[in-house]
Amino acid sequence: MALINDGIPTKEDLAKVMPSEERFAQGPVSIAECFQKIPCNPCVKACPRGAISMSTDINDTPTVDYDKCNGCGVCIAKCPGLAIFVVDKTYSEDFALVKFPFEYVPVPEKGQFACGLNRSGEEMGWFEVERVVSGGKKNKTYTISLKVPQELANEIRNIKVGGYK
Amino acid sequence: MKQVEILVIGGGPAGLCASLAASSLGAKVLMCERDDVPGGQLVKQTHKFFGSEKQYAGDRGYQIGQMLVEKVAADPNIEVWTDTTVLGYYEDGVVTCEHEGAHVKIKPQRTVIATGAAEKFLSFPGNDLPGIYGAGAVQTLMNVSGVKPAERVLMVGAGNIGLIVSYQLKQAGVDTVAVIEALPRIGGYLVHASKIQRAGIPVRTGYTILEAYGNGKVEGAKIAKIDEKWQPIPGTEEDIKCDTICLAVGLSPLTELCWQAGCQVEFIKELSGHVPITDDFLETTVPGVYVAGDVSGIEEASSAMVEGRLAGLSAAASLGYGKDVAAEQQKAAMAELDELRAGPMGERIRMGLEKVAAKGGAK
Ligand SMILES: Cc1cc2nc3c(=O)[nH]c(=O)nc-3n(C[C@H](O)[C@H](O)[C@H](O)COP(=O)(O)OP(=O)(O)OC[C@H]3O[C@@H](n4cnc5c(N)ncnc54)[C@H](O)[C@@H]3O)c2cc1C
Ligand code: SF4
Ligand code: SF4
Repeated sequence: MALINDGIPTKEDLAKVMPSEERFAQGPVSIAECFQKIPCNPCVKACPRGAISMSTDINDTPTVDYDKCNGCGVCIAKCPGLAIFVVDKTYSEDFALVKFPFEYVPVPEKGQFACGLNRSGEEMGWFEVERVVSGGKKNKTYTISLKVPQELANEIRNIKVGGYK
Repeated sequence: MKQVEILVIGGGPAGLCASLAASSLGAKVLMCERDDVPGGQLVKQTHKFFGSEKQYAGDRGYQIGQMLVEKVAADPNIEVWTDTTVLGYYEDGVVTCEHEGAHVKIKPQRTVIATGAAEKFLSFPGNDLPGIYGAGAVQTLMNVSGVKPAERVLMVGAGNIGLIVSYQLKQAGVDTVAVIEALPRIGGYLVHASKIQRAGIPVRTGYTILEAYGNGKVEGAKIAKIDEKWQPIPGTEEDIKCDTICLAVGLSPLTELCWQAGCQVEFIKELSGHVPITDDFLETTVPGVYVAGDVSGIEEASSAMVEGRLAGLSAAASLGYGKDVAAEQQKAAMAELDELRAGPMGERIRMGLEKVAAKGGAK
């Protein structure tokens, strides 16, 4: 199975957009899991540091300059494809933070535990919600920071809606 | 008989932008919309749109619609008739419509047809059972009327509409058990597919629906894998329990008025059906009749807005408005369309438009 057959990015797809471990060791960084040439570019405009670019036109896939990116997360809620994530592996020895966009109700609250899902929607365990940022009245997309074990930092990309505890 | 300079038929993104553009050059416009509110497909789109900043990318569809509707409402050159269905286009250039319960005749100097598209249906045993909807109907129930339309849905079609409506169902608390697609690949944007996959909705390509069953309403469906010849592969049948089957198998252009007006209309597969042949300025083969948006080939709201703008500019310019600026603005709109269609996702449209040009249209 490939991305084009089921919508799940493969290891090879992900390898193309993954920052290096050295970069992860320096702090939070964004990962644009956007692999198809579609006419779209709000991410480029969204980044205040100019870290996201496209080489030719709006049909290009985005490239993140990991040196310019400081992992602020502004781009997450601006991407209409909900395809941008920020991972912070420097959060603590055992835990990393995964920041992802969220557009369901109910929205979890800081301190609650939510069931983490991977890119196939499989349940990966319950993890603490570290932060919830509203995208505001117009944007409406929430950005959720989930505290997950280091080894799941690049697996978990969503949470199950509801059942928070 | 009502005399107007420019009549715009349809108040979707194409019609709204056509009206605004024509008015910006100084023309007087009447826009007729059969629904009680203008906005077309945008009214139902709660997700964020793609495209570039010029087409308001990143804003949600309904927000873009609202913004355009407000601009039109505030424009003294544009008169809007809602709840007004345009019924006919006659040889003498008279257009008839139903407006406030009356049959009204309009004599426009120029007409922009922006009637959009209609959903395609699919034939399979049991497809007349209650509980089988077009994706558009489900969207209307959910996002316009605020009704939870189902509990468990089988979505047929993995184009953008199937993927997006599955996502919106999930947002409304409705489970989609699967999105099935007969083609071996996902037709919609992969970011949409990835987004629903990680929410636990499987997208299964290479599957078709064999039948729907149920006692008086949908209780489930039989699906199966298909081979390269689109034949179900024996032994791959599966039973899916669901109370609703949602069909998202494509749209076809709503070209009745183009036929009536006597426009040359040709079947062009890449544009999803019969479409009017136009030149680069979106004028059909009937002088003074322009088209824009899905009616001239199923595409996107982003391109519908730019096409609307181009058709509106062209119609106004042909009446002598905007002599100094029209040509430049038309060129800019064409360049924007080229940009939107430049990538691999635009290939189908590019091929379709080449056929349009070959059939006698574009200069
Ligand atoms: C689920 C879904 C998701 C989509 N997502 C996106 C997206 O993310 N990005 C994007 O760019 N596009 C998207 N689209 C596509 C986009 O909505 C359409 O391409 C666009 O709306 C076409 O605009 P239009 O003005 O040509 O037609 P429409 O929006 O269909 O408007 C046509 C209007 O004409 C009116 N009308 C028709 N016949 C008559 C008549 N005889 N008299 C009077 N009025 C009439 C109709 O009532 C309607 O209001 C999506 C579409 C759907 C269904
Ligand atoms: S996380 Fe911040 S700095 Fe990094 S790409 Fe996104 S907006 Fe730019
Ligand atoms: S905004 Fe999102 S979907 Fe659009 S190109 Fe950028 S990353 Fe991809």
